[in-house]
Amino acid sequence: MRGTLQYIISRICVCFIVIFTGITLCFILPRLSPISPVETVLDRFLAYLDYQDPEEIEYLRDTLMELYGLKGSLLDQYIMLWKRVFTGDFGPSLTLFPTPVNKLIYNALPWTAGLLVFSTLISWFIANIIGGIAGYFSDRAWARALSAVAVTVRPIPYYIMSLFLIVLFSYLIPIFPMGGGMSIGLKPSLSLTFILDVLYHATLPALSLIIVNYGASFIIMRALVINVKTEDYVKFAEAMGLPKGRIINKYVIRNCLLPRVTGLSMSLARIFTGAIAMEVIFSYPGLGMLLQNAILDGDYNLIMGICVYSIISVAVAALLLDLLYPLVDPRIRYR
Amino acid sequence: MSSSVSSLVLNFLRFLRHNKTFSLGLAMFMAFIILGFVYSSLAPFDPRRWNVVPRNQPPSLRYPLGTTILGQDVFWLLTWSLKNSMIIGMIGSGVGLLIGMVLGLVAGYKGGLVDRVIITLSDTFLVIPNIMIIILLASLIREQLSVPLLGLIIAFLTWSMPVRNVRSMVLSLREREFTYIAIFSGMRTIEVLFKEYMPHIFPWVSSAFINRMIGAMGTEITLAIFGLTTMDEATLGTMLYWALRYQALITGALWWILTPIVASSLLFISLYLVSMGLSEYLNPRARISRIAMG
Repeated sequence: MRGTLQYIISRICVCFIVIFTGITLCFILPRLSPISPVETVLDRFLAYLDYQDPEEIEYLRDTLMELYGLKGSLLDQYIMLWKRVFTGDFGPSLTLFPTPVNKLIYNALPWTAGLLVFSTLISWFIANIIGGIAGYFSDRAWARALSAVAVTVRPIPYYIMSLFLIVLFSYLIPIFPMGGGMSIGLKPSLSLTFILDVLYHATLPALSLIIVNYGASFIIMRALVINVKTEDYVKFAEAMGLPKGRIINKYVIRNCLLPRVTGLSMSLARIFTGAIAMEVIFSYPGLGMLLQNAILDGDYNLIMGICVYSIISVAVAALLLDLLYPLVDPRIRYR
Repeated sequence: MSSSVSSLVLNFLRFLRHNKTFSLGLAMFMAFIILGFVYSSLAPFDPRRWNVVPRNQPPSLRYPLGTTILGQDVFWLLTWSLKNSMIIGMIGSGVGLLIGMVLGLVAGYKGGLVDRVIITLSDTFLVIPNIMIIILLASLIREQLSVPLLGLIIAFLTWSMPVRNVRSMVLSLREREFTYIAIFSGMRTIEVLFKEYMPHIFPWVSSAFINRMIGAMGTEITLAIFGLTTMDEATLGTMLYWALRYQALITGALWWILTPIVASSLLFISLYLVSMGLSEYLNPRARISRIAMG
């Protein structure tokens, strides 16, 4: 029992170290760069003004410095950043002033999380079943063909895959929309039309994630099954004349699922960062789009907010994964 | 010496004949290398410049991959892009691998506090979503970004991956007898690490290098989609960026947008096949079964 407690405490410490290092990196890196975000914004601002009063510019610069958290000494700024992290308040967005950064992230998150969770789960189930069966019959021609497909899609990044799908299903055979999260003019509600519309728009983004995740999962599952199927208990089951379906399901796939649970939680941990580039391609209204707009407008608070939240979420997800794994795998004991 | 080299070559050739997917991957990769590093220098003009050729021409004999709406020749642009993307991939993969490898060697060999510190640091970097930090960094210095700098940024945020692998290899090598012989014969730590251990780790490193190239080039494309790369340099990412920016899909300039998509996919697939084949070739267990098969 003491060992368990020690393990949990040390894992929590590691989680805090990760969050601390990540956020500190986010603090240091921008300050190493020679470009001040304040001057960039100021220049853009002043380009629109005919008359420039030096005093007013100074005042503007001061306000901007405060908004960006760039006021005072480096230590003051660093403390200020942590105050923001602990209060969970990253200030107002600079372009969509005065909407708080938190609210923007909160609005975008369900889109990203929904898409990622949904497609990760689907590809995980499909890949484990098909990969398991293909691994069991690994010398058949169709199993080889299946693994050739998986090896081909595995190295393609999901955003490249999504472009293929757009060309195919929005341009050459126009059955799906090129982008967007829902039809223009539709109000979010719990009606059937709205849900169907959202699913319709999410099909291609989800499909590109599913295909690429499928490739990776398939390859791992197949390798696991090929290892397991030479075990004695599988040989015995075969010798007993158990039906193949039962052997594959109860003896082989089930025993390979444990390591795959880790894989599943690892991919679920990436819901913040998993699909950002693809969202830009589809103009999908999730975090990726938000980040894209923030970058275009130099909305430093928003970029910082998204970075900090993604670091915290990944660190916490990794912690939960480590703590929960022994529940799934009885062979693992806390050390 | 020469006989051992020729037997190595023979062995490799036999493996090539045996492993069709590896040969396919290698052939594709060689084609990309030739396109990127040989053909790119044959370009009759700087393909980045606008309005050199007629705008928006579909593929023809004169313009094998068509031209862009900006008046660039897509084929020559592709050769330059392949070169720059592969340079980014090699720097991003190689430098990061080097850092991770040295840290892994030191951690595994020294042990104790040094080991603890290095492992904690690398685990931390492993968990931090580095794409976010790369985006944050690139968004701040995008005016100064260049091809080598992009590679270095990617390298400095992805060095943590190899640390644990190399460390565990060194941990097992450290217990082997030749280590003691080397130490007792007066070799310095540095010499033991690089002269004695490197040959054992090298097979894994070469496969990892190729695999990481895919990641680094992919990161560049991600950055480009966000508009965060060297906009006036030709890379696979910027090619894609400009095609998307000028709505090549809506205007129907498929040859423009499909070129970087298809090229990067094929390049990544070829690298993946090569790295898979390499790790199989260098894996001693697989080698034994190959010898048994003849």
